[in-house]
Parts: sequence; C-alpha cells; structure tokens
Amino acid sequence: MIFEEIRKRAVAQWEALKNEAHILVGAATCGRAAGALDVIDAFKNELARQSIDVRIIQVGCIGLCYAEPLVIISKPESLRIVYHNITPDLVPRLVEGYIIGDDPCLELASGTLETDEREVPYIPELPRFEHELRLILRHCGYIDPENIHDYIANGGYNALEKALKMPPEKIIEEVKKSGLRGRGGAGFQTGLKWDLCHKANSKTKYVVCNADEGDPGAFMDRVILESDPHEVIEGIIIAGYAVGAQRGYIYVRAEYPLAIERVRKALRQGEEIGVLGENILGSGFNFHIEIAEGAGAFVSGEATALVAAVEGRRSEPRVRPPRLAEAGLWGRPTLLNNVKTFAYVPFIMRRGTDGFASIGTENSKGTAVFTLAGKIQFPGLTEVPMGTTLRRVVYDIAGGIRDGKQFKAVQIGGPSGGCIPENLLDLPIDFDSLYEAGSMMGSGGMIFMDEDDCAVDTARFFLDFTTKESCGKCTMCRIGTLQLLSILDDITTGKAKLEDLDLLQQLAEDIKMGSLCGLGRSAPNPVLTTMRYYGDEYKAHILEKRCPALVCKDLIAYYILPEKCDRACEHCVLVCPTEAIKGGKGEIKVINQEKCSKCGTCLEVCPPQYSAVVKISPVSKLPSSPTDKEASAQGGR
Amino acid sequence: MKEKGEEISTEGLQTILEKHKNDGKGLIPILLEIQKEFGYLPKEAMKNVAEVLKIKPVDVWGVATFFNQFRLTPLGKNHVKVCMGTACHLAGGRLVLEALERELKIKVGETSDDGHFSLERVACIGCCMLAPVMVIKDKIYPKMSSFKAEESLIPYRQESKPED
Repeated sequence: MIFEEIRKRAVAQWEALKNEAHILVGAATCGRAAGALDVIDAFKNELARQSIDVRIIQVGCIGLCYAEPLVIISKPESLRIVYHNITPDLVPRLVEGYIIGDDPCLELASGTLETDEREVPYIPELPRFEHELRLILRHCGYIDPENIHDYIANGGYNALEKALKMPPEKIIEEVKKSGLRGRGGAGFQTGLKWDLCHKANSKTKYVVCNADEGDPGAFMDRVILESDPHEVIEGIIIAGYAVGAQRGYIYVRAEYPLAIERVRKALRQGEEIGVLGENILGSGFNFHIEIAEGAGAFVSGEATALVAAVEGRRSEPRVRPPRLAEAGLWGRPTLLNNVKTFAYVPFIMRRGTDGFASIGTENSKGTAVFTLAGKIQFPGLTEVPMGTTLRRVVYDIAGGIRDGKQFKAVQIGGPSGGCIPENLLDLPIDFDSLYEAGSMMGSGGMIFMDEDDCAVDTARFFLDFTTKESCGKCTMCRIGTLQLLSILDDITTGKAKLEDLDLLQQLAEDIKMGSLCGLGRSAPNPVLTTMRYYGDEYKAHILEKRCPALVCKDLIAYYILPEKCDRACEHCVLVCPTEAIKGGKGEIKVINQEKCSKCGTCLEVCPPQYSAVVKISPVSKLPSSPTDKEASAQGGR
Repeated sequence: MKEKGEEISTEGLQTILEKHKNDGKGLIPILLEIQKEFGYLPKEAMKNVAEVLKIKPVDVWGVATFFNQFRLTPLGKNHVKVCMGTACHLAGGRLVLEALERELKIKVGETSDDGHFSLERVACIGCCMLAPVMVIKDKIYPKMSSFKAEESLIPYRQESKPED
C-alpha cells in the first residue's frame, strides 16, 4: 500500500475516534506508579456493569505528574475534559456523570481542552501551558503510543517521506541551518556530527540512539519513548538516510521495561507499514532498527562507553580521536545522538529550518525539555523555549516551593550539573549560560531544594553516586572522587578543618583536568557550585559543627520540648526502635541521646497539635536537663 | 560467598544459549535473559555463556560485575528496593533505607538467611513526584517514611512465616 493511502486511512480512523466517546488514561510508568492500571480496571468493570461500550486508550504522559492518575474523557459534540488524581472509587461517578449523563463532574476536573464559558479552566490557558512550547512533547498523552496510525494521522512520517526525496547533503544542510545542538548534555552541533559521519568513507555505517538515561532525577527520555516512540524512530530513520547507514540501535536501559515494550511494538508496526525495513516508502533505502538493552551504568551515557555496551563489553569510555563518526560501533562510522535530538528532526524537516531556528536564543535554538522534581508544588515534565528564565520555570510552571517554604537552589543536570542559587534565577536557560554558572544542561533534570536541604549533603549525595558509577579507568576519577567524598564525609560529620576546603577546591579542579570522559570531568561540578554559592554552609559545618538545614545526622540531635510534650501521649515512646525515649503515661518524654539512632521516627509520629520533637544543631546547643541525665544513668526504660 | 542454590535448570539455560548463539546481539541481552530465568546470574551459567560465545569467562564476569542490573546472588522471596535518586534522597530516602536495614536485620545488597527478604538500593525509578519511594516485589510504595516503611513490611512478614 502506498503511504498516501495509509495516511488517508489513519486520518479517517482518527476522525472516527473523535465521533465516538472514549477515555484516555495516562499510563506511562509514572501514571502506573500512581495507580493508573487500577483506574483502567475500574473503568472496564463499571462499563461492563452498565453494559456500555466505550474505548479506553492507554496513552503516555502529559507531563503533569502531580495530577496522576490523569483521565481525559472525550465525547462527540461535547468538551474534552481532563480529570486529575482519579482513583478507582471515583470511576463510577465519572461513568454515571459524564459518559452516560451530561454532568461534566467539574469538581474532579483540571480543565477542558476546548474553550468554554463554564467555570472550569481552559487547559492551554493555564499559567503553566502559557509559558510552555511543546515541539517534541506535543503528542505525549494525547495519542496512543501503541498505534502507529495515531502518529501518522497527526503528521507522522510526513517528514520521512519528504526527506527521502531530498539528497542526503541537503538534509544535513537543513539540520545545520536549524542550529540544533545535541540534547544529550554537551550541546555539540548536530548537523556537524551528521556531516562528519556522512563524509566518512565506509560501506557499513550505524546510527545509535542514546536512551540510557542514567541521571537519578531525569525521566524525559523515558516519557518520550513511552508516549510517542514513533517521533524518535522517524528521526533515527531520517538520520540513517542522511549519513548513509543501514542499521540503527536504540540503547534503552533495562530499568525502563515499558519503554522497551512500546518501542519494540512501534518498530514492528513501522516495518509492517513500510516506513522501516527494506525499500522504505518505495525509495530504495533499506534501514533496520534494533533495541539494545542496557544493564544500568551511568557511564554508559558517554558515547564511546555506550558503543562498548552495545558490543557487549564493559562500558568504559575510550580516548577520542578517533571520533565515533570515523570508528564507532564494531569499528564502523557511527552517528550517536540522544532521544530528544532525534525527536526534533521530524519537526525540523516538516517546518523547515526557520520554524526551529526562530525559537530560542542566538546560540541555543529550539526548546529545552526539563523534568521538575523536588520541593515544588507541581512536579512533572515541561518544554520551554531556550532562553526562558529559571524564575519562570520555578514559579510559573512548577508553582513555586511547596508548603510555604523558601526556595534555596535548583540542581540542573544531575550528578554532572550544579546548584544554582536564588540570585541567579533570572538567568535565561541555554547551553552557554548554564555552563558559565558552573552547571550544565546535562540530562535536563531539575531538582528544586528548599531551606530544609543541606548544600553540603547534596554535594555529598552526588559524589557518592559518581564514585559508585565511575568505571575506574582514569585514576583521577576513580581515586580522586573517592577522596572528595571522604573530605565531604568529614565535613558532614564535623571532623573537617578549614584548610580542607582548599584541598577540596584544588582536588575538584584536578579531577576535571585529569579525567577522560564527561563523567569524571563533570563529577566535581556539584561540589564546586555548592562551594561557590553556599560557602557559608560549608564553614558552619566545619567551624561551628552546625548543619544550618538540620540534615547532617552527626551534627544534629533530636530533642523533645518539655513545654510542648503532652503527658498523656505516648506515640514517640511506642515507635522508637532503640527504646531511647523515656517516660510513661503522665510523664514528659525525654530522649536518651546515647541510645538515639536519629531515625526521625519520633518527629514523624509526634501529633501536629503538639509538634514537640525538634532537631537541634550543633549538638552542643542541646539543653541539658536533670531528667536527661537520669535517663542515661538508668539506661532508659 | 555462599554457593547454595547453584542447582540450575540446564534446560532453561540451554534454550537461552541456543537462541542467542549466533544472533550477534552480544553478551548483555543473554545475561539479562539468564537473570530473568534464574533471578540472578549463577556462576555455572556464566561459564556456559563464555563457552558458547567463545570468549573468556573473565570477560563474562567483567560485564556481570560492571552493570548495576546484574546480581550474583539469589534474591529473597520479597525483594525490597529503595529508591535513592535525588528527589528521594532530599525527601529522606536514607532514613527509609536505614529503617529497613534495621527491621529486616540485613544490609543493602543482602538476602536474609531464611530467604524471605532481600534489600537493594536503586538509582532512580522515575517516580520523583512520589518521593521517597520503595518497591516491594513489583508494588510501588509512595511517600515513605521510616515509620511507614516498617509498617509496609507487615503483610509480607505474615505471609512468609514458616508453617509450623
């Protein structure tokens, strides 16, 4: 069947769907974690009970993680309504109300996808969406990722059809002109990379898609693969045609089973309709894509290390040159790009280079995708034009810090990135500005911290991660990061001296210089940025043995305020795992500091009307009380 | 290291090896599949893989010990994973982990002597908005605390009580 007919059929199916009632449920991994599958079962049962036939479609993620499980109900001649935080017990209400009846159940709704005069917000006008610009996330959560026709009906594979009629040089020229830079983190010019691979002299070439999203706190590649896999696949096929490759690999981490399953299905459907495989769309171009399952190693995100993993070896980076474009997978010229980089390609081909290059800043074109997590009101996924300020992301999109707390920092780019403080929030986000601030775009994971988070502990956390993930090839990375971690351990436990800060600084810079790959070169970033912006906190830990955020265990003590403790309440006594709390019914409770393991359970269970348990730092500030001494003398209860 | 439970079904292993013998997909997918079959990578199986792929056993061992997914010991009946991603760390993931170590009387990476529980820390399961998160078997437990983590173990403990 020729593509024109496939497209017509896809559009007809899509239009037909609009004319029947149907339910979309966000069922990416994040939605499932929040209970989406139970909601789907509840819908099935309720619809069966009412004997009505309505299609339930599992879609990907719309990016509003805080609202999961998310349900969109669509009926002909009616508004499409988005419902948030739906649980199985709310399902009968939705079926009865909006599917059978005409009550839109507005008390459960986030908003509508069409305009309406009723008192329910129009979703595209919500503050968050006004600042967003969705180029590669535009289908996520709206189309069925397991149905290639949904993608085609929305303009999918048109770019491939167009590209196959162009000479490869012309495509590369377009990508160059668009100004697209690699979304894996470093921001290398994509067109240049393609050109190098295209010019490499070899009959056999490969294209590899890097979906080894290893940053603990970034999940956009997973969401894109789970929500709109064909967008990435189309980009890979176009790249394969442009550089002259015959085979592509998508390297996905095994931790993402749903992404693997959906990509596998998408590849099969692509072969069935002829956008993949032999003689693609009648052009004579042959291209196959396979999934290569990763087995979890942060360093595999590095291009040469990833190639080693696909070949079945330990993921150790190697010296470049030769570049992958000269000698990559099995020694052949290889083009390697990130999931998002490929996802932009169909857009660029369809809209022309100007459509892309007109968005963003002078040196960073297009949009940036970020995952938002940590202490904010609205965690999720967002896509904004390059050049948007951090302040806009924090306050207008993420809804600011939750529980009325103070913003402290945003960590961008995970273990390779850095902490950015409040006074730099007006920084326009692009590759270069973040680099100057000591951070980097990296994975695009943003973690927001509030006043309760300790800068030193956060740096220690990332170092702990990179130390474990270092492949061990370079001495500076293998041993240097371990030494950094050991100094940070000393600081967080109150054993450090002031001169250790100089050592920390020097060693951090040496590791940057003395490491081969991005992992080692960027590993000190969290330490360097926190030292730069939160130097006072480091000093408080060292000089006063005080953790200002009350996080570092060795520098804090738990204390029960006698004036707040309720004599009749025994919550803390009953849960304390080390029996460190003395005091029966009718007594004021006292913590035996020698027995206390600082697990925080007493603070957690102390009823909010008393809030008698507090953390104190430095430990020397702990009020001494006779009862306390008595308690330790008796060895507790 | 204990070598108990090394009696593996050769039949399952042979099927996997036969399937991948000549497909050129490399070592990692084979090891992943073996682990799926046995729950971990038995030494005997790794030796067989080396023979079939005509590579040195040390290269198989090298890969098996390099990647986080691979386990060299069998899992407990109830496998507990604690997320230690950035968001979970900030939200108190370490306290959750410590509570589980204390309650289960095993350290991270260990399996209890009776084989009922094993404990593992994982980098990020991508549910940052539900932090801190732990997973028992395949069920995700959102917004944990040391106290809630202890409580969540109760049904699994009852289920794994010896029948006497």
